[in-house]
Formats: sequence, C-alpha cells, structure tokens
Amino acid sequence: MALEFGIFCKSTIEEEFAPKCFGTTFPNLFDGNGDTTYLDWLLSAWGWTLSVAGLALLIALLVGLVVGTLRTLPESSWFNRLLITLANTWVEIFRNIPVLVQIFLWYHVIPMLVPILKGLPAYFLVSIALGFYTSSRIAEQVKAGIQSLPKGQTLAAMALGLTTTQSYRFVILPMALRIVLPPLTSESMNIIKNSSVAFAVSVSELTLFAMQAQEETSKGIEIYLAVTIMYMITALAMNRLMAWVEKKTRVPGFIAPNNPAGAH
Amino acid sequence: MKNSLSFFKISLSGLLITNLLMSMPSFAAGTFDKISASKSITMGVRDSSGALSYTLGDGKYTGYHVEICKRIISDLEKTLKTPIQIKYQAVTSQNRIPLVQNGTVDIECGSTTNNATRQKDVSFAVTTYVEEVRIAVKANSGITSIAQLNGKKVATTTGTTSVQILRKNERATGVNFDEVFGKDHADSFLLLESNRADAFVMDGSILAGNIAMAKNPKDFRIVGEVLSVEPIAIMIRKDDPQFKAAVDNTIKGLMKDGSIAKMYQQWFLEPIPPKNTRVGLELSANTKEAWANPNDKPAEEYAKK
Repeated sequence: MALEFGIFCKSTIEEEFAPKCFGTTFPNLFDGNGDTTYLDWLLSAWGWTLSVAGLALLIALLVGLVVGTLRTLPESSWFNRLLITLANTWVEIFRNIPVLVQIFLWYHVIPMLVPILKGLPAYFLVSIALGFYTSSRIAEQVKAGIQSLPKGQTLAAMALGLTTTQSYRFVILPMALRIVLPPLTSESMNIIKNSSVAFAVSVSELTLFAMQAQEETSKGIEIYLAVTIMYMITALAMNRLMAWVEKKTRVPGFIAPNNPAGAH
Repeated sequence: MKNSLSFFKISLSGLLITNLLMSMPSFAAGTFDKISASKSITMGVRDSSGALSYTLGDGKYTGYHVEICKRIISDLEKTLKTPIQIKYQAVTSQNRIPLVQNGTVDIECGSTTNNATRQKDVSFAVTTYVEEVRIAVKANSGITSIAQLNGKKVATTTGTTSVQILRKNERATGVNFDEVFGKDHADSFLLLESNRADAFVMDGSILAGNIAMAKNPKDFRIVGEVLSVEPIAIMIRKDDPQFKAAVDNTIKGLMKDGSIAKMYQQWFLEPIPPKNTRVGLELSANTKEAWANPNDKPAEEYAKK
C-alpha cells in the first residue's frame, strides 16, 4: 500500500492542501497562511508531550532524590526513624498504584478534596501524578546507589568529624548519584513514553493527536508512524543528553573508566 | 544436520502459519457465509452513545440501534434457517472502523456518522436517524449560542466528527475558544459537569442521553443553533452487497410498517433503563424525511442543501 505523508500538509479545517506545510507554527519564518495543518498540530502535540514529560521529570528527580536519601538515614533518633518511615510509605504508595489510576486520582479525585488544585491546568496535574509515580522508582534507585557504596566511606566521613548532612553532601551523594546515572537514564526515557497516558485526561499530546487525527483523515498508518518517530527522537535525545551528563561528571578510575560511550 | 532439520521444521511451520493467516479473512467470502458457518454474529456496540447504543452493565447492551440490529438478526435467522448467537463487542470512536474492516465486527450498531471519507473504508445501511450537532451547557451558565463561547473552553470527544465541525464554525464565526478533548462521551460530559469545560459540543442524542443519566439532569441544557446535520447509520463491511441488501430490507420494512417510529418513541421519548429517565428528544424533520425516503447518502449531501 502507498503511504501518503502529504496528509501532514493538509489543513485541519477543510481537509485540503494548505499553501504551506507550516500554517501557524512559524508564522514569521514560513509566511504562514493562518490555517493549522496536521504538521502544525503534530508539533504542538509534541510540545505538550515535552512539557508534561519535562515537568514530571523535574518533580521526579527532586522528590526521588530527597525520598531516596531519607530512606538511608542512620536510625539514630526518633526523628530520623520518622523520616525513614515517611519515605518508605511514600515509595510503597506511589509504586503500588498503576500510573493510569494515579492520573485519574490526581485529575478527578484530589481536586475535589483540595479545591485549590481545581485552578491548575490539566497538564500540571498530570505532571504531578507522573512525577510522583516516577519519584518512587527513582527513590528506590538512589537508595540502592547509596547502599552500594562501601560502608567505609560513611565511616571515614564520620571520622573526619562531618555531620550527617555534611557526609551526605560531600561524600555519599556525589558518589552514589554517579552510580545511579545509568538507571536514571532509563527512567528519564520512561517518563517520556509514560506521558502518553496524559491523553486520558484531555492533554492534547502526541497520543491524543494520533487518535484524533487518524479518525479525521483515515490515514492511521502515516499518523501513527509519525508519532512513533517523534517519541523515538525524543527518547533518544534524552538518552544522549544523559550520556553527556554521565561523561561530564565521570570520576576517573570510578565505574567503567574506559567506556567513552556512556549511558547504557 | 540436526540444525538444518530444525530450520526446515521452523520454516515449514512458518509456512503453515502464513497459510492460516491468509485464509483468515473469511469475510472475502461474504458476511452471510461467515454467519452461517459460525452460527454467530458479532455486533459492535457502544458503552455510552446516548439512547442509540449503551451498556446496562453486566455485558448487556441496549438502545435504539441495538434493538434495530436485533430485528435485523432475527430476520437473518429466518433467511438462513438457523439460530444465530449474538456476540457483543464494545467499540470506541477510534477502533470501530478498523474492527469492521478487519472482520472482528460484522455489524456496528452505535452512533456512527455516514460520511464520504468513511464510505471509502466501510459501508452503511440506510440512515435510521439524522443527528443534529448541538451545544450542551450548564443551565446556570447563561450561554445560549455559539457566539457566547468566545474565550471559553469547549469539550468534545476524541475520534468524532464534531471536532472538525467545531473548527469550521470557529473560523466562520470568528469566535475563539479552546478545545478540550474527552477520551469518550462520558468523559467529555464529566469535563462539563466538573466545570473543566463551559460547553460540550456533540450529537444532540448523545447530549440528551448523557444529561438524562446525570446526577441532576436539571443542571444542564441543550442550547444554541444546530451546528451540523449528520446521518447516523448502522455500519457494515464494504463490498458485501448481499449482506447490505438484507440489512437494508429489514430496516426499510421497519420504516414502512411504522415500527421504527414506535422504537423512536420508546428510546427517545419514554423512560429508558437503567434509571428510567427520559431522553426527551423530539423526532426531527430530518429524521422523518430519512424514514420516508430510505437512503444511505453521506453527510456531505446533507450539507449541500
């Protein structure tokens, strides 16, 4: 069968070829004619995917780092034990509920209980849901990274007279975070792919675009191919970015010193 | 030797699978043959398409189109002189056309608009209902026409033709609004109910059906101008004239002896299960016209008038 990629140059209003493929995306560059084409829509949907995934990743990294670190605190006082329990509860809650259910909870249920959240746009709520879900996975990896360090490093930090905070800041975390960079790469790529669940709460991202555009045009194969390629480009770019971070932060002689390729 | 033998086995089984796959599209032989061979028919149904097709829960489906399809199937039983088992397959706006094309669904009894684009992929029975695309709003919102939607959020369902109608209207009237997509009709209605959207633009029967099933039907109103007129029909596979003729004959019979009007009365004006609420959508002149002169004209023909 012949693929008709020309569909992307058609206007979304009249189903006719627009004079320019880019109708509204770059009005100054391409002298847009004002009618949105399917290509414009694809790019705007891609933008939504990036926004949701980017914000979610930010939340996931920050929360995951804090929660993962808290889980490894020494059980020296009641306050530390409380923090450990809270962090463990956090991970178990967000890891044991399916991500789609969490999205519905954040979109439909929680705003009912906390009215302030009603004012937030859908994409923000989805990002919170996706970010918290991923944070539980990142917390688990950060914990594993910290625990993989030889006990001697913590003890050496204590022997130098560093407080708990200082030993985490200057000794434990700098090493542990380098160890967990490869699994973090996987999580960062996962979050892009997982952002496709946002369609379920009306965020007009790539998956929603695919479903709507293929219905309007009856060109499902072309549309889904294009969307697949956009997801692949994004995930691959994330992979390369993390590889670069890994390379830049590498400590010579510490994990895989002779592997210039970076991310796994 | 052992290796080459197992390779031979694999390629042989591969061939067998290919053969099986190639013999699969039995619909090439016609829906009639498929039904009489399997003694069953797969009916595509919707979970929440207003009074046209909806679920009662428990895997039971009913509605105006589902009941018409049951009449068609009982006529098929008479023609084929064999009892036919009805299998329900819930479909969505996105998968209904592929499922009819690939033979999973034999007859789709939902709320599908008959338009020229779709006629390239599937066939439609004669139009049983003519839909008018309308606007549903909250009764206390004060919105009475499309012009008042400027700057508002308008919900509609992904995979439906209403989105395009909305866009055309947006350009024609210069009214600027944000589209919000619900993943199905129930979801779009929830957007309106939870104030995430100010209006829900969709087929009148779906709006009326959703309002009838809402917690407080009085909170919602259908307002404004008719945005578009669309023929809604039962969908079947393309290029199967024998099956289409059988389906059309039953429907034309229902139109001629007036039973279709009774069915309309039953589903759109009288209380319907499960909650015994009333949809309350009066018979439109367009639908009456379609019954008087049975046809399978696409929506584009209606737009020309």
